[in-house]
Amino acid sequence: MLKRKIILLLVVALSLASLYLFIHMNFQAMEYLLRTRLEKILAMILCAVSIGVSTVVFQTITHNRILTPSIMGLDSVYMFIQTIVVFLFGSGTFVIMQSDAYFFLTILLMVGFAFGLYQLLFRRGQSNLFLLLLVGLVLGTFFSSLSSFMQMIIDPNEFLLIQDSMFASFTDVNTDLLLISAVIIIVLCIYIFRYRHYFDVMSIGRDHAVNLGVPYEKIVKRMFLVIAVLVAVSTALVGPITFLGLLTANLAREFLQTFRHTYLLIAASLLSVIALLGGQLVVERIFSFSTPISVIINFVGGVYFIYLLVRESKKI
Amino acid sequence: MIVAEKLSKYFGSKKVIQDVSIEVKRGAITSFIGPNGAGKSTLLSMVSRLLKQDDGIVYLDGKDVHKQKSKDLAKTIAILRQSNVVQMRLTVRELVSFGRFPYSNGRLTAEDEQKVSEAISYVNLVEMEDKYLNELSGGQKQRAFIAMVLAQDTDYILLDEPLNNLDMKHAVQMMKLLRKLVEDFGKTILLVIHDINFASVYSDRIVAMKDGKIVAEGPTEDIIQSDVLKSIYDLDIDVHNISCNRICVYF
Repeated sequence: MLKRKIILLLVVALSLASLYLFIHMNFQAMEYLLRTRLEKILAMILCAVSIGVSTVVFQTITHNRILTPSIMGLDSVYMFIQTIVVFLFGSGTFVIMQSDAYFFLTILLMVGFAFGLYQLLFRRGQSNLFLLLLVGLVLGTFFSSLSSFMQMIIDPNEFLLIQDSMFASFTDVNTDLLLISAVIIIVLCIYIFRYRHYFDVMSIGRDHAVNLGVPYEKIVKRMFLVIAVLVAVSTALVGPITFLGLLTANLAREFLQTFRHTYLLIAASLLSVIALLGGQLVVERIFSFSTPISVIINFVGGVYFIYLLVRESKKI
Repeated sequence: MIVAEKLSKYFGSKKVIQDVSIEVKRGAITSFIGPNGAGKSTLLSMVSRLLKQDDGIVYLDGKDVHKQKSKDLAKTIAILRQSNVVQMRLTVRELVSFGRFPYSNGRLTAEDEQKVSEAISYVNLVEMEDKYLNELSGGQKQRAFIAMVLAQDTDYILLDEPLNNLDMKHAVQMMKLLRKLVEDFGKTILLVIHDINFASVYSDRIVAMKDGKIVAEGPTEDIIQSDVLKSIYDLDIDVHNISCNRICVYF
């Protein structure tokens, strides 16, 4: 039953991918079009898998279905980096922003931020994940306020550069970076997938999990760091998509009605692929690139989030 | 054997357990009794490594509990705490199967399935095994959780108020089952229990706690005495011998 549902998702994802690949094909420019479209599809798959997987695991270790890793404040750190670079280097930044070094620097800074949080709160004996998330949330707000402040006082033309990076986009993804990101994301996802049975046990609660021999605190700490790297890589690659994970992780849980992470992780990834491919098709073919895809995803995700809040509050 | 040496636990500045030392004998039911807030649950949580003590050491069969691999411990000692809320959609059988995790790592063998079925039949939930937990009554849910602990098949079983939500019939069945586990399989069972008559009839030894300290400890017949109980509960309790059982009347 679960396997059949996974296959269904896989079929939908594959047909969307081939639709995206071949729609409005111009046969004179076929080679070029195929290459760029394949690159975009790869970027979307990477982003989808890292967001889907990291959100499912994040929700499991926090025991909360309306949280996403963005609560750690990584998105705000990313925006802050973009803003401060434009702020300091002015319009010459465009060149800097395209370079590989800049890509790694943003990843490094985001992971550094998460690691700093981790050191600050986990190493001091008591490991309180929620305190850590709260501090992340506060610092995230601090960074976005700083960013807004700087955005107010810079040249409006330069602001356009920042605005571009505020929304995830798959239109100008750097090919070299795509491969490196692919390697990092695949390695991390395999690492996470090896813990899938532990996640099953952890989802019935900390005390039960410890009783059943799960090294609970150790896994939570490790996953926190791994998730931070995953989110950092995908954000540096395409930009922030806050609601994608929330949408797809919950849809996966609703659709499968299971606690088994073997299926949840795969389904959330596939649903994310479907959402991104579908969204991108809509963006390119209906809105003819006038709206960034993250606007659509965040709109749908936001509506779903409100639905979840209303429904959960009714339960109580 | 479980040996605790000078255990202490603070919640903030409040000392909930103060210098508690205790030895729990193998192959017996030891009941922990005492008023609310005496520290019984906290003590059990520390013994089973769910909670780290601020001072003192717990030895399980001669080895420090906090220095052992959690996975190995899970095959020796099992605990069930009193409030068990699972948000997940799980069937009874799926829940009980979790009890085999220390052995199977999530991939159940035929032997694991066998143990799961046994555990389910111990608590009389066979016809309920494919029902979802949220469809069960409080008592059925409690029995499902106890089955999970039984499926873990450990030498030491720690149960924090296992009779919660159980009606009289199931409470008696549960205690008889625990007795059987001790007599037939040599298990060691530690209970936190509020009904002193259940403690009196079914346990071998009783430990009485009050304000984070042990105030009395010994074989059941030494503890179920009017004067001892008075010092524990501040309540006049008459003890009567009824068909070889010591029954407390305190109403």
